[in-house]
Amino acid sequence: MKAVCWHGATDVRVETVPDPTILNPRDAILKVTLTTICGSDLHIYDGYIPSMLPGDIIGHEFMGEVVEVGSEVKKLKKGDRVVVSSVIGCGQCAYCSRQKWSMCDNSNPKAGLQEKVFGFGSAAIFGYSHLFGGYAGSFAEYIRIPFADHGAIKVPDGIPDEKILPLSDAFPTGYMGAEFCNIQPGDTVAVWGCGPVGLFAMRSAYMLGAERVIAIDRFPERLRLAQEFGRAEVINYEEVDAGEALKEMTGGRGPDSCLDAVGLEAHGMGLEGFYDKAKQAVRLETDRPPVLRQMMVACRKGGTLSIMGVYGGFVDKMPMGAAFNKGLTFRMGQMFGQKYIPQLIERVANGEIDPSLVFSHHLPLDETKRGFELFKHKKENCTKVALKP
Amino acid sequence: MESVTKKESIQQNDAERWASIIGGGAMVLSGLRQGSLRGALMALAGGTAIYHGVAQQNSIQDALNQTLKVEKTVTINRPVEELYRFWHNFENLPTFMKHLQSVKVIDAKRSHWVAKAPLDNQVEWDADIIKEEENHLIAWASVEGADIDNSGFVRFQPAPAGRGTEVKVVIEYNMPGGTVGAAIAKLFGEEPEQQVGDDLRRFKQLMEAGEIATTEGQPSGRE
Repeated sequence: MKAVCWHGATDVRVETVPDPTILNPRDAILKVTLTTICGSDLHIYDGYIPSMLPGDIIGHEFMGEVVEVGSEVKKLKKGDRVVVSSVIGCGQCAYCSRQKWSMCDNSNPKAGLQEKVFGFGSAAIFGYSHLFGGYAGSFAEYIRIPFADHGAIKVPDGIPDEKILPLSDAFPTGYMGAEFCNIQPGDTVAVWGCGPVGLFAMRSAYMLGAERVIAIDRFPERLRLAQEFGRAEVINYEEVDAGEALKEMTGGRGPDSCLDAVGLEAHGMGLEGFYDKAKQAVRLETDRPPVLRQMMVACRKGGTLSIMGVYGGFVDKMPMGAAFNKGLTFRMGQMFGQKYIPQLIERVANGEIDPSLVFSHHLPLDETKRGFELFKHKKENCTKVALKP
Repeated sequence: MESVTKKESIQQNDAERWASIIGGGAMVLSGLRQGSLRGALMALAGGTAIYHGVAQQNSIQDALNQTLKVEKTVTINRPVEELYRFWHNFENLPTFMKHLQSVKVIDAKRSHWVAKAPLDNQVEWDADIIKEEENHLIAWASVEGADIDNSGFVRFQPAPAGRGTEVKVVIEYNMPGGTVGAAIAKLFGEEPEQQVGDDLRRFKQLMEAGEIATTEGQPSGRE
């Protein structure tokens, strides 16, 4: 089959590889009908995610049609159309049974590697480095789905792929981020990053009762989407001081919750931005945390920080004094896809939201490299790229 | 010299802790004075003659610093009875212990173990169950003539508030000396703790999820 393999920073190639096969009784094989580049694929593309090996098939946000099932698969059958959670959960461990799927104890065959870095192993993620299990990813014609009864969720007929695809990762990530904000009546939620996860977080914040959403970015096209799709008021942080603007816009109180939908490649301004870039370049820090720093300072006292942008390692110069003395609550983590996907399918089916609006580009799988370049540099007003194998 | 003394005293403490887990008794205390898990286990088995032999052997081996002790605990979201039953049939162990090739149960006490060794070699030994408490503990030790002297126990106890079962494994290997010893040491990898940890993780996967997660045999651009 055709698959996109990672060979090093900014080096992705479309290659011919063997078809996947059933390796365990709970596996299913899917023909990928549509897949998409996620913001966290950019971290892989740029070489910031450790434990990638040359030849790894990447991609983790996808949907498709079941073409084969293992002997222990109960809920799925050949021909089912499904959307798959990017995070793999066994469904039986203490975490999965409490709906904390991204903390699964059993899906990551290389959890021993992660224990050394994180203390404990987390769930595996498709196409997302060997720390996260080393499973082959979705930028391919076919993909193997472990624990398929849990991760692959059937989609009702009549909803086009484009409207369902973001439910694999971006939409549940944004929704979980909003849920982590612990939104109370009258609350203002500030969202850093107007990419797909940020946009879904904005809509989700309203679904969960937010009074106002304020979005922070620097690209006019993304800020426009935040206004139109996310129904947010916007701040361009290259034009104004985001922290001061937020304070003014919220009656001097500051936002009740701050949501990070950016992650480890955030762009800082001025000297701070230069400092992080330089330290990351020489590997003195793995992640650039300007969004985290801004949120800790900008958030109201007693407020909540919800972190959905991905961090992989170590960050530097965090204003802990601000966080401590203001009594902030931090909530974060990889999303619990299996928990949220069914309820989000309902919202799409009843017309509450059209997730396909986040796609600016549709490309064949052969043009994945071009898709990465468009998405990374926000060329041609690129917001999200759907890839058709 | 100071560090050696410290190490010895740590070993002694560990042995005391392990033995107190397994049970009490005068024989145990006598075994403890030798400062080895094997001694304590053998003391429990009650064979005074064997015990003396082992204790002597240990004192030589300790001097050569060829004793390997590993201790690891995991919590599994399944009832004690189920886990105890599965483990008690030693023939199940190779499904999650990667270095084991086979275990054959001979009778209620004795079993024959075959482990994979580097360069397509095998090492074999007979082991006896030297103590068992239903739904709580199984202790075993290899009998004389083993390629690798080894002993250990697995203990199952309920975790608080329905969190499943805490499974603790303690294994001690007495490596033979020389080049054979070096080859056998490779069996256990550079990090034996890691290997036992990985074995227990696979045991947990098998018991909780019904299968062992794997990516072996999947496609990549490396073929």
